[in-house]
Amino acid sequence: MKATGRLRSQLPALVVFVAVIVLWELVVAGLNLQQFILPRPSAIAAAFVANWDRLQLTAGNTLYEALGGLAIGATAGVLTAFAVARWQRVREAVLPIAVGASAIPIIAAAPIMSNWFGILNPFAKMAIVILLVFFPMLVNVARGLSQVDESAVELMRASAASDGQVLRKLRIPNALPYFFTGLKISTTLSLIGAVVAEYFGGSNDVLGRVIVQSSSQLRFDITWAAITVTAISGIAMYLVALALERVVIPWHASQRSGET
Amino acid sequence: MTDARSALATRGSGAPVVVVKGVSKTFESSGGRTTALENIDIAVAPGEFVSLIGPSGCGKSTLLRLIGDLTAPSAGSITVNGKPARQARQDRDYGIVFQAPVLFDWRTVQANVALPLEVKGLARSEREDRVKATLDLVELSDFARHYPYQLSGGMQQRVSIARALALRPSILLMDEPFGALDEMTRERMNSEVQRIWEQTSTTVVFVTHSIPEAVFLSSKVVVMSPRPGRIVRVIDIDLPRPRTDDTRETARYFELITAVRETLRGRAGRETPGDVASAERTLAEGAVG
Repeated sequence: MKATGRLRSQLPALVVFVAVIVLWELVVAGLNLQQFILPRPSAIAAAFVANWDRLQLTAGNTLYEALGGLAIGATAGVLTAFAVARWQRVREAVLPIAVGASAIPIIAAAPIMSNWFGILNPFAKMAIVILLVFFPMLVNVARGLSQVDESAVELMRASAASDGQVLRKLRIPNALPYFFTGLKISTTLSLIGAVVAEYFGGSNDVLGRVIVQSSSQLRFDITWAAITVTAISGIAMYLVALALERVVIPWHASQRSGET
Repeated sequence: MTDARSALATRGSGAPVVVVKGVSKTFESSGGRTTALENIDIAVAPGEFVSLIGPSGCGKSTLLRLIGDLTAPSAGSITVNGKPARQARQDRDYGIVFQAPVLFDWRTVQANVALPLEVKGLARSEREDRVKATLDLVELSDFARHYPYQLSGGMQQRVSIARALALRPSILLMDEPFGALDEMTRERMNSEVQRIWEQTSTTVVFVTHSIPEAVFLSSKVVVMSPRPGRIVRVIDIDLPRPRTDDTRETARYFELITAVRETLRGRAGRETPGDVASAERTLAEGAVG
């Protein structure tokens, strides 16, 4: 019942997706567009199959940069959030800067990171991803740890709870939905960060370089295939974060649609 | 039940559980200084059910929070079970119920009730026994594994009462616990609280702005006036127990409601017109819900 219900709810999106692909194929054929303007979906699929080994290798390297940066940046963001929530002084000093910093186009610093860590070092790309995901994780988790219902804090005080107990039993669970909001933003950001940082040079065995090189050779079928791989990787990372959220906070309002 | 009856018989006698002596509370703000409470004296005897009633701004909630050591008095002293309020809080002498249920979304009903037991560090088996007994008391055992969002407002408030009772505190502090509920649910909850109070030997301090609620539940109603918050009169409620739905239709019930109402109004009559307005607002609220 549940599986068919879910399929039915996603059927409209699936129909639109297939319709767009078919329409795309027909328009390109009908208008006789050149492949370097817009390749046909069938040509992209062919390029996908023909370049499968290279796409697989480069996607692996890019995902390594993205996931490595995400893991380090998210961990650092969460740890800083705890310090920010714990000490008023740190909060006043750090939070305004963090909010401001999340508005900076950090990707522009990619050449500097290559200069610092070496252009062939994957960590130069990871560093960009770390900077990109650090601030949204920090801001979201800090908010979740400190924006706690005042009555809930009083309730804990009335039970003579220690600060540690308030943290473990109230602040951390309260911050979990905020953590997942940050994580979902960060999964997408991490892949964008890694791919765009790769545009600025470095190892050629990465998705960003495949995109740059194939387009400079007007092999747009390969460019589109690489973009498709990037998109699928991004969606996959997002879905993993989503599944994790569903398992960890089933009680949260965002997870309850269709229940009760 | 014999235990409960003998407990009922001894209610209202013995050394007071709560002693409030010469307590004042002022709040400093950018707009100046507000006196929320002025020179308050109250003693609550063991097993009593005392309601604090008055218009908004009379400091009734502040007084409750002072007894619970959630805020400190500007002057005077508060003694709970013969010790300073702070010590009583640290000894977990009281349970508290707010107007909002304040349940933790991430905990099931039974885990919410277990919260104060976990904080105290009780062993798992003892926690489970107490949670079961307390949920039986509020008649929510069938919902032990539900999450708060799956319950109605009235049920959520019953869970919050169970959580406050889980540690079997000697005092239960309730701050307008049914203010957010509709009149039907409120009457049912009042009967429920009265049953729970009779089954346990808990002393209750209850803040409300509903006159019928205060009269139905209490052994004593403390009528307060605002600006600054003062006690106008303490009215003994001598309705026989156990009180049932029939109690709400007796002549004595209406007499007592009138007495509380006139105390609120009489005080206002001697004061400024502003106080009349606020007191009458309270009366209107009292009549409707």
